[in-house]
Amino acid sequence: MNNNVAIIDYHMGNLFSVEQACRNVGLNPIITSKQTEIENSDAVILPGVGAFPEAMNNLNKLNLIETLKKILENEKPFMGICLGFQLLFSGSEEFGNTKGLNVFPGQVKKFPTVSSTKSKIKVPQIGWNQIHPYNSQKWKRSLLNGINNNEFMYFVHSYFVETEDDSITLTYTEYEGIKYCSSIEKDNVFASQFHPEKSAYEGIKIYNNFANSINQKD
Amino acid sequence: MLTKRIIPCLDVMDGRVVKGTNFINLRDAGSAVELAERYYAEGADELVFLDITASVEKRKTLLNLVIEVADVIRIPFTVGGGITEIGDIEKLLNAGAEKISLNSSIVNNPKLISEASKQFGSQAVVAAIDIKDINGVHKVFIKGGREETKLIGLDWCKEVVDLGAGEILLTSMDKDGTKEGFDLEFLKKLTDSVSVPVIASGGAGNKEHFLKAFSIANVDACLAASLFHYKELEIKELKEYLKNNNVEVRV
Repeated sequence: MNNNVAIIDYHMGNLFSVEQACRNVGLNPIITSKQTEIENSDAVILPGVGAFPEAMNNLNKLNLIETLKKILENEKPFMGICLGFQLLFSGSEEFGNTKGLNVFPGQVKKFPTVSSTKSKIKVPQIGWNQIHPYNSQKWKRSLLNGINNNEFMYFVHSYFVETEDDSITLTYTEYEGIKYCSSIEKDNVFASQFHPEKSAYEGIKIYNNFANSINQKD
Repeated sequence: MLTKRIIPCLDVMDGRVVKGTNFINLRDAGSAVELAERYYAEGADELVFLDITASVEKRKTLLNLVIEVADVIRIPFTVGGGITEIGDIEKLLNAGAEKISLNSSIVNNPKLISEASKQFGSQAVVAAIDIKDINGVHKVFIKGGREETKLIGLDWCKEVVDLGAGEILLTSMDKDGTKEGFDLEFLKKLTDSVSVPVIASGGAGNKEHFLKAFSIANVDACLAASLFHYKELEIKELKEYLKNNNVEVRV
């Protein structure tokens, strides 16, 4: 039987491409904001595009903050994408200071609009950029297994994560001279700033590995 | 490093890809969905679909196209052509489009840009601007190049960015279909004056044209249609060439 994966709908961006990518790798996606459906699923994906404060506000209104924290602490395979990656950290400087889910220590910061060499930086960063191994031992044991080092992935974001715990960092990416953490992995949790579901064949490999990691739990 | 992007453009009429010269003399270039799949497999970084269906069924054909395309490709794509309302934008984005492009409608109603970028983020809003040299002045044209406006090209580009457009798709009507190369002079001025990515369109005829647009005009992406549709240039070959000439591309 196909594994159920709960794609959390908290009104932050369209979920269609995530849903399609899940189908591509044989998962049964369920778009939901219901606690019970999320708890009963075999795996959870927290996607999202948009503003950090609004995202936390929506999760709060839907009573999903504790549900998510519980899942992040247990063994259920979890994938966070883009805003769903940023929300895992302590907080964001977007519109003042907003607290995040605080599963990992770190801050979400805005890209400066001028680089250290005084050239202007285009924000948001939109397009294909490389993911470099932060720890090459970690890469092969992660959902990036089978993907080449320095592969290109699709990014769309104005804010980046400054993590305070290097041990969770899986890859880093460089934009206009700024090196930042572009994905993390710890136990059951994988999360990335880039969009695997929009990153062509290499991105789909991540979904494939995610599907396999769910099977191993069965 | 963030790469430069190569974007095949599919002008679609009733589900078929068509292409003409200087916006006229359309000829058939195949099924939109099949061509999209081909470009995805060949390493296109993004796709742009512009619906030029003239019928009243337009909205439905565009939405159906998005649904079909989103089913088969896993790279971002933009759709445009006659979008006038926020409700339509929402439907298209929910159906799987990454961005929508606005052209004639924002000349008549500039607030549509600010409303769309506020609701969906500026990264989802592309301003498509068609320009033509009229006695030495680059004027903005709308309605598929059929109607001249009073707007000056560069001024209008700056204004749409101020309103919240996240990207500019600039088509030079003088160059479109000519295969003489992109309008480097205008594009250079444009990339110097705006803070959002610029997609160059109109005039691509060979590999060198792309290289010049990236290295001289400093554009972020290049768009072409017939060159790719009729396999006069393969995306893979183009990207290898750009890479060998020190342009960062995804290969």
